[in-house]
Amino acid sequence: MSALSLVLRAGLRDLARNRWLLAYAVALGLITESLFFFGGTGDQVVLSLLNATLLLVPLVALVFGLMHVYASREFIELLLAQPLPRRAVFSGLYLGLALPLAAAFLAGLGVPLAIHATRGGAPWVALGFLALAGVALTAAFAGIAMAIALRTDDRLRGMAIALGAWFGLAVGYDAAVLAMVSAFGDWPLERPLLVLMLGNPVDVARVLVLTALDASALLGYTGALFRKVFGSALGPTIAVAALMLWTVVPFVIARRRFLRRDF
Amino acid sequence: MGGTEMRRCLGPQWRGGGATVLSLVLFVGASLGAQAETGRILRVGARTAYPTLSAAVAAATPGATIRVAAGTYRGATTEIRTPRLTIIGEGWPLFDGEGQRELIVVRADDVTIRGLSFINTGVSHMEDRAAVRVIESSRCRIEANRFRDALFAIYLQKSFACQVRGNDIVGASRDETSNGNGVHLWYSPHTSVIDNHVRGQRDGIYFEFSRGSVARGNVSEGNRRYGLHFMFSDSCRYERNTFRANGAGVAVMYSKQVTMLGNGFLDAQGSAAYGLLLKEITDGTLAGNQFAGNSTGLYLEGASRLAITDNDFTDNGWAVRLMADAEDSRFSGNVFRANGFDVATNSRTLRSSFEGNWWDEYRGYDLDRDGSGDVPHQPVRLFALVVERHPEALILLRSPVSRVLDAAERVFPVLTPSLADPRPLMRAPR
Repeated sequence: MSALSLVLRAGLRDLARNRWLLAYAVALGLITESLFFFGGTGDQVVLSLLNATLLLVPLVALVFGLMHVYASREFIELLLAQPLPRRAVFSGLYLGLALPLAAAFLAGLGVPLAIHATRGGAPWVALGFLALAGVALTAAFAGIAMAIALRTDDRLRGMAIALGAWFGLAVGYDAAVLAMVSAFGDWPLERPLLVLMLGNPVDVARVLVLTALDASALLGYTGALFRKVFGSALGPTIAVAALMLWTVVPFVIARRRFLRRDF
Repeated sequence: MGGTEMRRCLGPQWRGGGATVLSLVLFVGASLGAQAETGRILRVGARTAYPTLSAAVAAATPGATIRVAAGTYRGATTEIRTPRLTIIGEGWPLFDGEGQRELIVVRADDVTIRGLSFINTGVSHMEDRAAVRVIESSRCRIEANRFRDALFAIYLQKSFACQVRGNDIVGASRDETSNGNGVHLWYSPHTSVIDNHVRGQRDGIYFEFSRGSVARGNVSEGNRRYGLHFMFSDSCRYERNTFRANGAGVAVMYSKQVTMLGNGFLDAQGSAAYGLLLKEITDGTLAGNQFAGNSTGLYLEGASRLAITDNDFTDNGWAVRLMADAEDSRFSGNVFRANGFDVATNSRTLRSSFEGNWWDEYRGYDLDRDGSGDVPHQPVRLFALVVERHPEALILLRSPVSRVLDAAERVFPVLTPSLADPRPLMRAPR
């Protein structure tokens, strides 16, 4: 049995009993269920879920990931004392965190949807994009959480950095973009804006769901570039590719810290 | 029938040559018979007396019925100058313009054309070539015909009280400059355009200077420009039509007292596409329509004194765009659901009113249980104003920061227009 699956299985077994993870899945499930319960139509449910996903998923992945790594400190040291390759140990730890989180997200989203899917007319493309976006955000922010946890041993400091990162990416980044738009409104901003959107996983996730949900609005804008990007499969393709990249980059950064770190 | 009239009718026959001698015999036979004038039936087909429709039309007397057998008919444009003719196709006879010409031109009253199919008028940049053209005639009926690849399919000019019903029109979907309209009305008042299906033309249905006309139950989709293009036509009604995925949606302009009921304006997407564009429209009624999937659902420019009630706006980029020059319109009983923006405007002062609509964005409550919310709803969001000024900011649609902006504006309303719905509905009307 490889070192990776060994570590992963230990991590999964540990998290399978984790109450916070269960609470996360149940909370998401309750949100989704209540959206249906209060008479939402398909698109409205997706819209509200998008809001929840964009704010909640990064926050939970960051905080939960951080706490998990700090709590597993002794386990990690034990693992590193064994004759196991460090890369495999890290991959096992990362997957042991990201997979349960993603599973909790999908379960919280999926179970109420499966119950209500019989009503028909659900916007499947948008829901699929939303699920993909949620999983990718989970993976990206789990990686970011590990990178932060490996950088500082001070839990309070780590938490402060994590919350700062969450606020910055979920709200601050867009606020800065908006400020830029209003300051440089006279310049052609289409291309820089599209590039800026790729620079933040939360924005990529949002734009991906928008292409399925608000195509009519996006196509209403006069810019030729927007129309080219959002009027074809180009927009979703770029967004999905960028999300993939965003799941890999934090992972690589965190792994580098893990490999170089002296525990 | 007097001898003079007979000679006049027969005149062209004598010049027509061989085949018409037979028709003369038939004609004389029928004339001599006791049969009523209206009962006369002429048959067109390969093995009948009239190999072409033109020959039969030339031979027909007012009130005659011409039955056209299946087959393909080529040759010169048929011109109808005899009133009260009824032309009926049996088994979809095909009239082929061979890319060269119009197929039937009507210049007589009370002519009916039914069950024919027309193809390939060809493109002309010099004339508005039409498969069926009606000129200065009253009460024509163009019913249940098929049109394929015609520049203009049905063209009514200076005609009166005609009926265009149940035709199936498929254009060649060429670009705007080398494409014509499906049903084209020009100075043709009191026309009924009913239950037609138009695709792939420039404008599906076109009304110009045609007051008192009706369009009902038509489906106009996938046309390159407008599904319905409507200008200078007062007192018209259009009801229960479906306009879907037309290049620029539907435009209704420069008309008074237009009534629009129960239509579907769907999937008009693009930077200059509107589910329904109203420009210089006064005293109209817009009720029970559905606007869905459009970039802009309803666009009002210089539109005044309209009653806009009980419409459904769902999944549009902008449900309603009100320009500052739109005055005294009343919105009530409408449903706004899952739109990017419910109401957008280019001005801070608006002179239209909203009362008793249902907004999915409404966050108020109804303590007195009277069915309408106790706090007014302001449908123009701050973020909508930002986008109006900086369209690129649209990329931030539905971002948390746009929510923060809207929430801040809700708490300290200083920037958005004073426009508010004082009695927003708590439940969506059905």
